[in-house]
Amino acid sequence: MKTFKLGGVHPPENKLSEKAPIEVLPLPSVVSIPLSQHLGAPASPVVAKGDKVKAGQLIAKGAGFISANIHSSASGTVAKIDDMPDSSGYRKKSIVINVEGDEWEEGIDLGSELIRECSLNPQEITAKVNEKGIVGMGGATFPSHVKLMVPPGKKAEVLIINGVECEPYLTSDHRLMLEKADEMLVGITIQMKALGVSKAIIGIENNKPDAIAHLKNKVKDYPGISVEALKVKYPQGGEKQLIKALINREVPSGKLPIEVGAVVHNVGTAFAVYEAVQKNKPLVERVVTVTGKNLKKPSNFLARIGTPVSALIEAAGGLPTDTGKVVNGGPMMGKAITSLEVPVTKGTSGILIFPEREAARKPVQNCIRCARCLNVCPMGLEPYLLSVLADRKRLEDCEAERIMDCIECGSCLYICPSGRPLLDQIRVGKAEVGNMIRKRSQH
Amino acid sequence: MSLLTVSGSPHVHDSQSVSKIMYGVVYSLIPAMLVSFYFFGLAAILLTLTAVISCMAVEYVIQKYLMKGPVTVFDGSAIITGILLAFNVPANLPLWMVVIGSAVAIGMGKMTFGGLGKNPFNPALVGRVFLMISFPVHMTNYPKPTAFSTQLTDIVTGPTPLAIMKESLQKGESVAEIIPQIPQYAQLFLGHMGGSMGEISAIAILLGGLFMAYKKLITWHIPVAYLGTVLAFTGIFWLIDPGYHFNPLYHLLSGGLMLGAVYMATDMVTSPMSPLGMLIFGIGCGVLTVVIRMFGAYPEGVAFSILIMNAFVPLINRGIKPKRFGEEVKNG
Repeated sequence: MKTFKLGGVHPPENKLSEKAPIEVLPLPSVVSIPLSQHLGAPASPVVAKGDKVKAGQLIAKGAGFISANIHSSASGTVAKIDDMPDSSGYRKKSIVINVEGDEWEEGIDLGSELIRECSLNPQEITAKVNEKGIVGMGGATFPSHVKLMVPPGKKAEVLIINGVECEPYLTSDHRLMLEKADEMLVGITIQMKALGVSKAIIGIENNKPDAIAHLKNKVKDYPGISVEALKVKYPQGGEKQLIKALINREVPSGKLPIEVGAVVHNVGTAFAVYEAVQKNKPLVERVVTVTGKNLKKPSNFLARIGTPVSALIEAAGGLPTDTGKVVNGGPMMGKAITSLEVPVTKGTSGILIFPEREAARKPVQNCIRCARCLNVCPMGLEPYLLSVLADRKRLEDCEAERIMDCIECGSCLYICPSGRPLLDQIRVGKAEVGNMIRKRSQH
Repeated sequence: MSLLTVSGSPHVHDSQSVSKIMYGVVYSLIPAMLVSFYFFGLAAILLTLTAVISCMAVEYVIQKYLMKGPVTVFDGSAIITGILLAFNVPANLPLWMVVIGSAVAIGMGKMTFGGLGKNPFNPALVGRVFLMISFPVHMTNYPKPTAFSTQLTDIVTGPTPLAIMKESLQKGESVAEIIPQIPQYAQLFLGHMGGSMGEISAIAILLGGLFMAYKKLITWHIPVAYLGTVLAFTGIFWLIDPGYHFNPLYHLLSGGLMLGAVYMATDMVTSPMSPLGMLIFGIGCGVLTVVIRMFGAYPEGVAFSILIMNAFVPLINRGIKPKRFGEEVKNG
């Protein structure tokens, strides 16, 4: 079975919610919609305090090429546009809407009927994806329309669809593949058309045999799309690792996948593209896994963007009394949140609740030079060395040792028997080296 | 609910820990320890206990009273140093010498550099070499293995097979004349030969090595490169002149090579990080060992070879980088 070659770890999978069908979460009384839910420039608001808005209505416009439109996820009144806490731990400018109902903007098809034919041309598809605010749903939230435009001089050969879900605990993509397979496959067909490719491969890890079987059966009706089962190994969902696993090509250091003729989109993104193009529906809701070992009812919810995390936890049986940490995202790359009132955003794939005893890290001990970090690094780096160089501010050396190649997957910190803060120091080093490179290019 | 913990990702961690790794190595040493207890009796048990207890005591005193920092004597690393030091000396070595060796191994070999993980040289070998230079007579007077004995004094002693080989060759005897004076392959393999306490039984050491490999405490690179180099290097000489040079298998099974290749050279703290670096390290150890055995003044060169190669580890780590992702672009 295929997988990527270099490094990787296999943490306990703990897919507690894989059997829980997607449930529609009731509308909250207030939604808080951050203007920066994507990589790139924050969107700029086009509504003001006191305005009445409908669900699906544009409330903030993407500012620049790498940015994304933002739409209201409910109907109601704009209560304020202000700095609100979000999952990054900082206060970010957000549009707060008092929910008064669920009245949708006209022209949005809310029916469940499958529409297979798409008459739009590639430019129109990309424009639609842009207009509806679609971003990468796997967590990186890169604006999708940018990835559908092949830069001049490059050629896309294959569309790779990421159904790996290599993060432990998370099951939102898994459920989506089981429950919305046709919609997703139409979405993939549309993306193929936009990119001008005739081939798409859906990569799924082997711990989801039901999804693999279901999609293998479904793709018979969709020419050009195939399904590939992959050996379970983290971080297979990393763009570069997935390309390596599926088509055995290595994206060179500092380059994008298009360099090797590949474009990678998440299964959730394919579904969002379907809804945007075929149903005219903007990205205002997403599937969120709410899970944890002591949670009463690990679930997968279809939640509106802006819904407070506390509402999701309540619907999953309430916060367990021994909770020590709440994470937005998966256990390997997710962010620990500081408040349960932060909203669900376009990139929220899961809410993970850790009991007190799993919340703290191991005590830090001396590095025993066991080389485990080096062996698990999927980019072939030397985390033990980078962390020391970063800690001592030897930025030129960090750059020479290719610190910027680090994808922050966390495998090194996961495996370290001494509990050393490898990735923490490397992150700081990356930020500083990034600044250094930017300064250099300005001169 | 109390406050939420906030920390950087990842939020889950492997269950492996420093002390689990160290105790894994300790457990893997049990077969070799039992063999030496069988052949050298009570003396071997006393020697091992003395070495382990003095290593831990020295580490405790230094951490508590000199460094005034956290005391980590129970993380298992001092126990390993103690056992390996005992393995590397003759079983009848006076116990006070073992105490001195332990003090040097832990004090000079490990704590001087800042403790666990910071020492460039294998501490047990530092202790062994110190003893060898300080007490050359005691350190080359090896007891002959006998089935379990409780004697502590008046043990029959004699030279190791390697010492017999070297001396006899220098006297001008041929291999055919020497062979009857030294143990057979099967005896070497099981441990019935003169030598340091823990180096005698190849099979027990290999068992321990396999256990460590299974538990992912070592990788194959260093032992295979080390043993393979010795095999190839001595094999070439043997093919050229089998009348003057010994069968490579004899080199493989005698002396401290097996112990060195499986336990001393694979010490993670003092060996290279990358697989290719480990291979270079192993080959270097092998070449030096054969050179010392064949052309040096000492009959055995494992300890020196490993210590010399330890000194090259920072250089190897600097020069040999792991294969980076995206480096070798073979697209198609």
